[in-house]
Amino acid sequence: MVEAPMTPVRQLARYGLYAVLALVAFIYLMPLWVMIITSLKDTEEIRTGNLLALPGSFNFDAWVAAWSSACTGGTCEGISTYFFNSFQIVIPAVLVSTLLGAVNGYVLSFWRFRGSELMFGLLLVGCFIPLQVMLLPMARSLAFFGLANTTTGLVIVHVIVGSGFTTMFFRNFYIGLPQELIKAARLDGAGFFFIFRRIVLPLSTPIIVVTLIWQFTQIWNDFLLGVVFSGAETQPVTVALNNLVNTSFGGKQYNVDMAAALIAALPTLFVYVLAGKYFVRGLTAGAVKG
Amino acid sequence: MNHSHSTLSRSPASSGSTKTSARQGGLSGWLAAQLPKLVMAPTFVIIFVCIYGYIGWTFLLSLTGSRILPVWKFVGFQQYEKLFENERWMVSLQNLVIFAVLFIALCLLIGMVLAILLDQKIRGEGFIRSIYLYPMAISFIVTGTAWKWLLNPSLGLEKLMHDWGFESFTFDWLVNPDMVVYTLVIAAVWQSSGFVMALFIAGLRGVDDEMIKAARLDGASLPTIYRRIVLPSLKPVFFSCVVILAHIAIKSFDLVAALTGGGPGYASDLPANFMYAHAFTRGQMGLGAASAMVMLGGVLAILIPYLYSELRGKRHG
Repeated sequence: MVEAPMTPVRQLARYGLYAVLALVAFIYLMPLWVMIITSLKDTEEIRTGNLLALPGSFNFDAWVAAWSSACTGGTCEGISTYFFNSFQIVIPAVLVSTLLGAVNGYVLSFWRFRGSELMFGLLLVGCFIPLQVMLLPMARSLAFFGLANTTTGLVIVHVIVGSGFTTMFFRNFYIGLPQELIKAARLDGAGFFFIFRRIVLPLSTPIIVVTLIWQFTQIWNDFLLGVVFSGAETQPVTVALNNLVNTSFGGKQYNVDMAAALIAALPTLFVYVLAGKYFVRGLTAGAVKG
Repeated sequence: MNHSHSTLSRSPASSGSTKTSARQGGLSGWLAAQLPKLVMAPTFVIIFVCIYGYIGWTFLLSLTGSRILPVWKFVGFQQYEKLFENERWMVSLQNLVIFAVLFIALCLLIGMVLAILLDQKIRGEGFIRSIYLYPMAISFIVTGTAWKWLLNPSLGLEKLMHDWGFESFTFDWLVNPDMVVYTLVIAAVWQSSGFVMALFIAGLRGVDDEMIKAARLDGASLPTIYRRIVLPSLKPVFFSCVVILAHIAIKSFDLVAALTGGGPGYASDLPANFMYAHAFTRGQMGLGAASAMVMLGGVLAILIPYLYSELRGKRHG
């Protein structure tokens, strides 16, 4: 924190510090490492070899099986279909909930009306309510509109559940913008959408990125809504993965389990590696309220 | 349409009027004034119907004897009585207490220590931080799958220890009804402790440097500075973490599904798994609804005091 002269004792303490940090890093990485190498071993090597050791030869059979032939409950076609299902759910749900959040946040920050603060409060509480209290009525409503077990239905549910968070993100970001900017434009007679498009949106790039990444991760990783509201054909990849891992007939193929888990984790890990900074900002934005 | 609207309301500006568009008379003025509310209307409906309306609906369901389909024959609070006489529910509540307490305490401890260690001008801090945080980016289903393999009694970590020469090492928590709930803690802490670290680092960076420098000049040691100055100023971060972790714990569902399947038997069930099983696979809708309401009560008991203190603090600040 504050620079101090480097004595031998301090030097030693620094080495110790780095050693501890490296050890912890090893512990955090270990499960991922084991997943990767296990997915590249054959069943025999898993039984006999060391858990942490590299496989004798790289063998991608398990990846092929996980992708196209492993059994996920009723069918044995791998998780590829469900992988694409997830994209079909995630893309519209992320876009719609982000747009909704931007507009809501804009209103709640710059166009307050009587009761708008109360609405924001209700919305915030809504973010943290356990989804279990919505599941049964939501299932009835979706069935009523003929949307049970459809991708559209699942997208709608994700938008409803997600827009509380997206609104909070945008509202907390907009509160930090200089209000004078918008006031001046309003005094000049600029309208609601004009200010939004020309003044507010161009300033919103960071929060848009944060929100897109946050929503992508949340919805891709969702399991509860997927398992309740999707049908056999429209399952997201998390549900298929869980079915694959817990399908119990035949010998347990841990290498296929691991390959399937890695496939399911790849998109969010990819986004994390690419834009981790924004992911962290989303995490902290969810906790540090404005 | 948006565009035409903005030009309409812009016209008086050219005459040098300082009135906002909302104050003009006429239909367009009225519309302009109502526009923010109209835009919020869909969200308004969503909040009131899909959140608060559905809560009411679930509550009503919990007062009925509904099984596979809703039956609107009210039976009072019978479902709640049945719930608290249900062995499986009581096990899930007990599990939740064990899980939540350990999960929150360990995440806070590990996250806080890592944040302080990383705060010592570490070379490659960003890289190390991203290693500690990556589990946050993956699904609990993936986490559960990975740890199910690692904790496998015959092939996982136990075998690793045997390979390394510790022949007597046994680690059968995954199949031991008394210990299985702790496997949930291990996997969940692995996944979420980095989150606490991230929040605390953000908080540490906000601490006033001048104060620390002054304390340094007064000869205070590093541990003292952290104990007396830095950590007390992070109290809000601490409470945010507790609330968020408690929230994660109460809604934990996927981790149980993937790691233990609630088993052996129902030894590792959490309330969310109980709710899902009874509402959607066992045809006990009324009982499932009652369990959901109890979960809601638990969350509100944590959330309302927190939000209250937050809002009050802001008003005074």
